[in-house]
Amino acid sequence: MPEDLINSFMTGPDENGRFGDFGGRFVSETLMPLILALEAQYETAKTDQTFWDEMDFLWKHYVGRPSPLYFAERLTNHFGGAKIYLKRDELNHTGAHKINNVLGQIILARRMGKTRIIAETGAGQHGVATATVCAKFGLKCVVYMGAHDVERQKPNVFRMRLLGAEVVPVTSGRGTLKDAMNDALRDWVTNVHDTFYCIGTVAGPHPYPAMVRDFQSIIGKETREQMQEAEGRLPDTLIAAIGGGSNAMGLFYPFLDDPSVNIIGVEAGGKGVNDQMEHCASLTGGRPGVLHGNRTFLLQDGDGQILEGYSISAGLDYPGIGPEHSWLHEIGRAKYVSITDQEALAAFQLSCETEGIIPALEPSHALAHVAKIAPDLPADHLLVMNMCGRGDKDIFTVAGHLGVEMG
Amino acid sequence: MSRIAAKFATLNASGKKAFVTYIMAGDPDYETSLEIMMGLPGAGVDIIELGLPFTDPMADGPTIQLAGQRALDNGMTLNRTLDMARHFRKTDNTTPIVLMGYYNPIYSHGVEQFLADAKDAGIDGLIVVDLPPEEDTELCLPALAAGIDFIRLATPTTDDHRLPTVLQNTSGFVYYVSITGITGAAAAEADNVGPEVARIKSATDLPIVVGFGIRTPERARDIAAISDGCVVGSAIVSEIGEGKSPADVLSFVESLASGAHSA
Repeated sequence: MPEDLINSFMTGPDENGRFGDFGGRFVSETLMPLILALEAQYETAKTDQTFWDEMDFLWKHYVGRPSPLYFAERLTNHFGGAKIYLKRDELNHTGAHKINNVLGQIILARRMGKTRIIAETGAGQHGVATATVCAKFGLKCVVYMGAHDVERQKPNVFRMRLLGAEVVPVTSGRGTLKDAMNDALRDWVTNVHDTFYCIGTVAGPHPYPAMVRDFQSIIGKETREQMQEAEGRLPDTLIAAIGGGSNAMGLFYPFLDDPSVNIIGVEAGGKGVNDQMEHCASLTGGRPGVLHGNRTFLLQDGDGQILEGYSISAGLDYPGIGPEHSWLHEIGRAKYVSITDQEALAAFQLSCETEGIIPALEPSHALAHVAKIAPDLPADHLLVMNMCGRGDKDIFTVAGHLGVEMG
Repeated sequence: MSRIAAKFATLNASGKKAFVTYIMAGDPDYETSLEIMMGLPGAGVDIIELGLPFTDPMADGPTIQLAGQRALDNGMTLNRTLDMARHFRKTDNTTPIVLMGYYNPIYSHGVEQFLADAKDAGIDGLIVVDLPPEEDTELCLPALAAGIDFIRLATPTTDDHRLPTVLQNTSGFVYYVSITGITGAAAAEADNVGPEVARIKSATDLPIVVGFGIRTPERARDIAAISDGCVVGSAIVSEIGEGKSPADVLSFVESLASGAHSA
């Protein structure tokens, strides 16, 4: 699509759920009527003020929104370049941006009369958010989590169980997020009548990528207003980490039509974007394919078999990426880079030491890219990084990498 | 006339129902899988569904997931799957072969190239689980144009309103998935399936075969009796998974076939 023909980057997806050639509805016939019903419900809710009133109330009183846009003065001085702001979504109830979206989907599920909620989770943040909101509304909650991730994210597994959710360790495939998503889809196709599938990222069949983006866009909308208040203008650069890409899409979306705003997504480079695929950088190291209901960039072999990928961060350990990111990458509206485990670990420590913020490993990837570019930017360059989650869940992983014995 | 249409015409003429079986190509390895495939018509199989292995079979239960992994671990690919069909066609030019799987390996191969290769290999039809009618421009319409049947799944969630959409570009036959669930799950009762088959039949002239959850000759007979045929997959694949010899697998298939053909 030639750029000069595009009036707006914010009109997608089309009626078939496509962002350019990406997205779509690649699901089995059993699920097709369900996603059409969800789409109809969401289309109604989108323009229903009572729906958004309920969201706004819960965002404010249950989640604690708006999250602050915080001027990170010590980080700014440390890098000696751009003025760095952190969007503090790690301060949300449950410790990450995930709950922004979960609330929206659970309210829809209640409107549809569904009584059983299923979710997939990688790092466990989406699982915890889903278990939390289900507890609040008295809904049954089943969370699918790769057996490998159950092992490396034990605190979140216990949290979900405390909140009354059933956590199902997934041993099919290699036991990570992609396999958890397969098993959640298998559950949904079996329990079509009472079950709502609450997807945690901007991926899956239409309408999920658009719906999750819309719910997460509260991040970008607040940022816009807060930056206006703080600096009287738009930010110059936005940076966010990407696994499936929901926190990034939420920050980016309200700025897509502001050409002065640079947009950068940071993928997990693992041990380096190499031929052994020891990374999860779908855009940097993958090519278009079809998985989990949508066409998007995927890590795959020459025969179209999906590869596992690797990252220190369970939340980024997914071989795909939301289709809207694939489209923004293809048309060049956003730029995508990758950061290695080692770079992310260094950024993790830097955030702890300079700002007193223990970040999750996911936004540590974003901060590592900030560290690369901020020193060369002028002092009046306004840079916003999404601090999308807190790092309590990751301290055991980090301790392991730093060679520290814990308990 | 296509091999699929010819097969149903022959079955109709002799008053018999179709017995359809699924095996995963390359499970547990290429040679064993080919030996089983070559023996299927002799064991009474009318139509062969040949599974194309995929890493992420979202609509399949553990039995077929593991079969796909065994095949992939032993080096199975799309090209080798088509090689199996090509080899089969050297000695059998009448038994229809329907390739069944997921879209990504086909998309990765390139749709036009895939259709040319599949046609050349003697593939008669495609069942691609993750391509609903909403995505017909991807593969369904090009396949029909290339003379390959596109067989659609109809399910208990396909209501009357949606049924015409599902049937619109379907050819060969309609595969009715008798339960909401994954392959290898519990079976539906024939009493419940009968009215559903009748409902679909009233909307199309295509034969309706019924699958999911059929594991015994008795069930095969009961389901075939209320439809145009039945499909058995996981029950056979689990025999292969247990390491049974091709001869033992085929004798199990034969018992199922006699069940289906007694309907």
